[in-house]
Amino acid sequence: MTAPTPDTSKALQKALHNTRHRQLRALKDRFARWSIAAGGAGVIITIVLIFFYLMWVTLPLFQSASLHKTGQYRAPGNADAVTWHLAMEEQHEIGVRFTDHGQVVFFAADSGKIISQVDSKLPTNIDITSFAAGNPNKATVAYGLGDGRAQVVRHIYDVTYPDDHRLITPRLENPLGDAPLVVDPKKHPLVQLAIQINEDSATLVAVTDDNRLLLLGLEKSESLLGDGDWTTTRTTLQAPASPIRHIILNLDQRELYAADQKGRISFYDISDKSAPRLIQTVTAVGESVQISALQFLSGGISILAGGSDGSLGQWFPVRDAHNNYTLRAIRRFKPLIGPVTNITPEFNRKGFMAAGQRGQFNIYHSTAHSTVLSKILSEYDAHQLAIAPRANALLLENANQQIQFYLVDNEHPEISWSSLWSKVWYEGYDSPQYLWQSSSASNDYEPKFSLMPITFGTLKAAFYAMLFAIPLAILGAIYTSYFMAPRMRRLVKPSIEIMEALPTVILGFLAGLWLAPFLEKHLPGVFSLFIILPVGVLLFAYLWQRAPKLLRDCVPEGWEGALLIPIIILISWAAISISQPIEQWLFQGDIRKWLSNDLGIEFDQRNSLVVGLAMGFAVIPTIFSIAEDAIFGVPKHLTQGSLALGATPWQTLSRVVILTASPGIFSAIMIGLGRAVGETMIVLMATGNTPVMDFSIFQGMRTLSANVAVEMPEAEVASTHYRVLFLAATVLFAATFMFNTAAEIVRQRLRKKYSNL
Amino acid sequence: MSKDKQDRQDVNDSAKSWFKSGSPWVWLTAAAVSASIIMVAGLIALIAVRGLGYFWPTPVLVANYHESDVRTVPIIGEIRDSEAVPLARLRANGETIKSDNEFITRHLLRVGNRDIQGMDFRWVLEPRLSQQHYPDDVMVIERREWGNFYGHLQAVKENGKIIEEGDKTWDVLQQRIARTQKIFGEIREIEKDDIGAINYRLEQLRLDERRMEIANDSNADNRASISSERTALQARYKVLQQNLAQLHININRDILVAKTGDGQVVDIPLAKVVRAYRPNAMNILNKSLFYLEKLWEFVSDEPREANTEGGILPAIFGTVMMVILMSIFVTPFGVIAAVYLREYAKQGPLTRTIRIAVNNLAGVPSIVYGVFGLGFFVYFLGGSLDQLFYPEALPAPTFGTPGILWSSLTLALLTLPVVIVATEEGLSRIPKSIREGSLALGATKAETLWRTVLPMASPAMMTGLILAVARAAGEVAPLMLVGVVKLAPSLPLDTNAPFLHLERKFMHLGFHIYDVGFQSPNVEAARPLVYATSLLLVLVIIALNLTAITVRNHLREKYRALES
Repeated sequence: MTAPTPDTSKALQKALHNTRHRQLRALKDRFARWSIAAGGAGVIITIVLIFFYLMWVTLPLFQSASLHKTGQYRAPGNADAVTWHLAMEEQHEIGVRFTDHGQVVFFAADSGKIISQVDSKLPTNIDITSFAAGNPNKATVAYGLGDGRAQVVRHIYDVTYPDDHRLITPRLENPLGDAPLVVDPKKHPLVQLAIQINEDSATLVAVTDDNRLLLLGLEKSESLLGDGDWTTTRTTLQAPASPIRHIILNLDQRELYAADQKGRISFYDISDKSAPRLIQTVTAVGESVQISALQFLSGGISILAGGSDGSLGQWFPVRDAHNNYTLRAIRRFKPLIGPVTNITPEFNRKGFMAAGQRGQFNIYHSTAHSTVLSKILSEYDAHQLAIAPRANALLLENANQQIQFYLVDNEHPEISWSSLWSKVWYEGYDSPQYLWQSSSASNDYEPKFSLMPITFGTLKAAFYAMLFAIPLAILGAIYTSYFMAPRMRRLVKPSIEIMEALPTVILGFLAGLWLAPFLEKHLPGVFSLFIILPVGVLLFAYLWQRAPKLLRDCVPEGWEGALLIPIIILISWAAISISQPIEQWLFQGDIRKWLSNDLGIEFDQRNSLVVGLAMGFAVIPTIFSIAEDAIFGVPKHLTQGSLALGATPWQTLSRVVILTASPGIFSAIMIGLGRAVGETMIVLMATGNTPVMDFSIFQGMRTLSANVAVEMPEAEVASTHYRVLFLAATVLFAATFMFNTAAEIVRQRLRKKYSNL
Repeated sequence: MSKDKQDRQDVNDSAKSWFKSGSPWVWLTAAAVSASIIMVAGLIALIAVRGLGYFWPTPVLVANYHESDVRTVPIIGEIRDSEAVPLARLRANGETIKSDNEFITRHLLRVGNRDIQGMDFRWVLEPRLSQQHYPDDVMVIERREWGNFYGHLQAVKENGKIIEEGDKTWDVLQQRIARTQKIFGEIREIEKDDIGAINYRLEQLRLDERRMEIANDSNADNRASISSERTALQARYKVLQQNLAQLHININRDILVAKTGDGQVVDIPLAKVVRAYRPNAMNILNKSLFYLEKLWEFVSDEPREANTEGGILPAIFGTVMMVILMSIFVTPFGVIAAVYLREYAKQGPLTRTIRIAVNNLAGVPSIVYGVFGLGFFVYFLGGSLDQLFYPEALPAPTFGTPGILWSSLTLALLTLPVVIVATEEGLSRIPKSIREGSLALGATKAETLWRTVLPMASPAMMTGLILAVARAAGEVAPLMLVGVVKLAPSLPLDTNAPFLHLERKFMHLGFHIYDVGFQSPNVEAARPLVYATSLLLVLVIIALNLTAITVRNHLREKYRALES
């Protein structure tokens, strides 16, 4: 170490530099390790996120409803009066209470603070004997008076925005004039009353104390001056023998239901006001049980009857074979304990609430046939119920004159396991059915969200596709991997595989616009092709085998496929060209007519046959490629052993090779199935997209994926429809993921097996 | 006699033993392969023939058509399709034709003149046609509205005065058409580029103003500068308007007079004419030139008449743009995930499960990705972005609506497994000895990766990317939810700052096929165009796949050499 000082310092510097450099490199290495780990894990988490996001969107469908009490107060206004009716306006800010004294009290729904108190302008010194509320959307009520007259009142809420703040001002109006209407000219007190009112017609039905059932129809007559007068019709209906307890009238004023003391419901057709007729009387509740509440479901088609034994049932008129309507019991709901005191329907959905003794309170949904919520809200009997028009708030008055105000969280009551997967008896249908009909112009329409028809369609499409694809792909794979000459295989395999990348939109387009009309035109030819083709090939093969050796030697072993190409083209051409003569001779020149007239089979141009062929074509490369790999991968010593023992190639193939490769073939089919189930564009373009449940090969279908593609852009975000479509996507995701995982696991096992052999 | 029997016996025996040998089944499997190959080839051939044939000028038939036994009309049109129909079926529909044949040929004739006759196509029965001939002077006019016109040229007018009606009319017409086309181009340039830019800027100014309003910014200078710019823009707009008015006068001065097959004389303003040609007078060279011209128009022009005529440039542009954006997203993430899985993650059951899961994601239906993209990207991410950065445009959404950014992100997610799997395969093929050699020479893991492993795996990544691009280019179902439209008013890339408009909707070749083929009012007229579009798409995708396969094979060869 006699080196001069400058050198030492230089070496020192160098060493220092080296250390620093090494540190930097180590740092870089660590940085790379962490950032790649973070990035990689991030990507994988993102992929997992897809599934969780889909689940997260669908989850609210299956959440039950909940209530949050935000106010409780004594019934506002006159404490002595009995509340006859409670209601709320659109924003659930203001509630209204109608009392038996004819007072109308508007109050803040959450605090009970009185906003205004109005008198209904009823004639003084005449008793108010009954009360009726019309369709909640029309906000109209009527008082029945002791002298056979009735007063109709509407509560209206004007919304203004002074200083950018919403201000709601309630007021009352008499839509049919200030003077009460005479319902009973004999001036008996009206003990029961029902009212419905539209822009140009109104109907009042009343029961008098001597049990007469009276109808007063009003119609706005067209007048040149614009403001028409009301013309009236008065009729007396045939009343049931025992006293009537409830009468209800539907929104379009065509049907009337009256429940009497013996638990029977009389169903009247009053579409002709001057000649109403009793259609039917049915016993709605059990022996010695009374009907304690009777209401319409929104839309005014179904009626809900609550019994004094707590039973709850839905009824609606069903058309029978002779086109007559009869009232039928549709479904029963979870009963209350003790009598049902109140039934209140939601405004626009098919849900309703029922209250009973000791604070029992349930929310139901009719289509879903479910109890959405079941709760005890107080120790007192519930007397009056009111729901906000958007079904997001609730007023409840109990026997103690306490009003409770709740916010309701009940977004998707219409979905239940049974409404998605079972037959549902929808309003207006004559039997329970599987139906998918997600939207309509009408507001109080009953949405039909049965996933059955579209799941069925998915499976049907996949079935026909697989029927076509499996034989072709598997047989093709067998030949390509086992018999084909290597040179030809190098050409054939990629050219079939490249078809896997062919955009399905092109296949769909060809299927819809070329194949469908082609099949329609050559239907007999196509069906005969399925028979002629195998027979023709066998015949050719036999003849070829007997052909002179010189000719046979021209085609080396493993090139049979190439030899067959012209033969198959020839046979196909022959089959198609005899199509029209066949049609002429066997089907009187029109097979479609023959199918529908003689066999009663409907024929759609875009049918399952088209889808089966097109989608089968799309999955052939997938199945072919995987199956071919599996068969080709069978260890050579197995086959050589078999051949050496004297088995023919075919015996070796069918007893050794296929058996060994069968898991691989299975996984190929699973993956093909997964692809067929999820395929969208082909089914979208090659089927009529009608959600029918019919296994006929000449009918179309609608599949889960096509349904999502068609309806998703129009679904309102976060609506039930939107979430159900997400559910359909989740089902698709889960199904294909399962198919693929099963296939992948089988394939990995197989790979291990091969390497062990 | 007995020899005959013996022969039959022989045949029987040989057939039996032939069946026993299993040979027929081999032939059947061979038939399956052949059938598949025929279908594949037939499909490509079908698309190619129909797609390429469309641009070739078809001769125009002139004939008399006996509509019924008493009514005869002259008819002009191109034969688009022919088929044989059983006479019985025609009879059943009330046809009274007399014929000895059981089958009658009928032709689908494109008769055009939709504005005059109400229909573009009609079926005619061959036996009811008489005096069929193909005169040289019959003319086809491609119009900007109402489809093709078929008829005879009579005269050319300028400002209502006839300037030519003799032999030279045709040449004059061609000159005039060329002139009008030029003016048409100028008008389009002004309307689309100049006025488009002004409108874009004005909208920006409106949003600026609204932003100031929201922020309670009452800076007078800013307001003044906005209003002065607006005035300047409006002044420029006025000038352009005047130019346009003049051009409109110029373009409308030329009119051609033509006679339809049934003798009606109509005026057609040249402003509405794309081109006029006489297919029957064309020789093979003219036809070839015409063919090339049409082909060029197809790939370089904008669509006309609800996408049923003209070109598909915006769709090509949209597809390419979306695919490029997707590649930018998918490549780094796919590669990082693959490197992590192969090089850094501990190889165990968990990694194996992840690998299976990633593999399976490639088989998840694309529509599911579309649903996810719509819910998560568009409504959730896009909605949040709008709230945060674009409150001035609300309630009109900026990013909270389907657009090219969300489409490319969705497709990036969809193709992520493809890139991961391909890259992983590439990484796994690199021999261990190479990594070990690098590490033994003192390189860190990161350096080994960066300098040795990744460059060697780059062809594999390339393969993955190409396959991803091929898949993305043909995918339609998810795009229908997250951003594709039938007609985009403006391209996502233009001359208005910031040039790249990621929030815009775009057109796509695959969706174009679906839309024109199935949603178009005049499917019959649009069908050839759909075939042509399909052909383009198929060619692109096959080319991409072949490239990927070649790269992969090349790669395998290379590593085989390394291993030995």
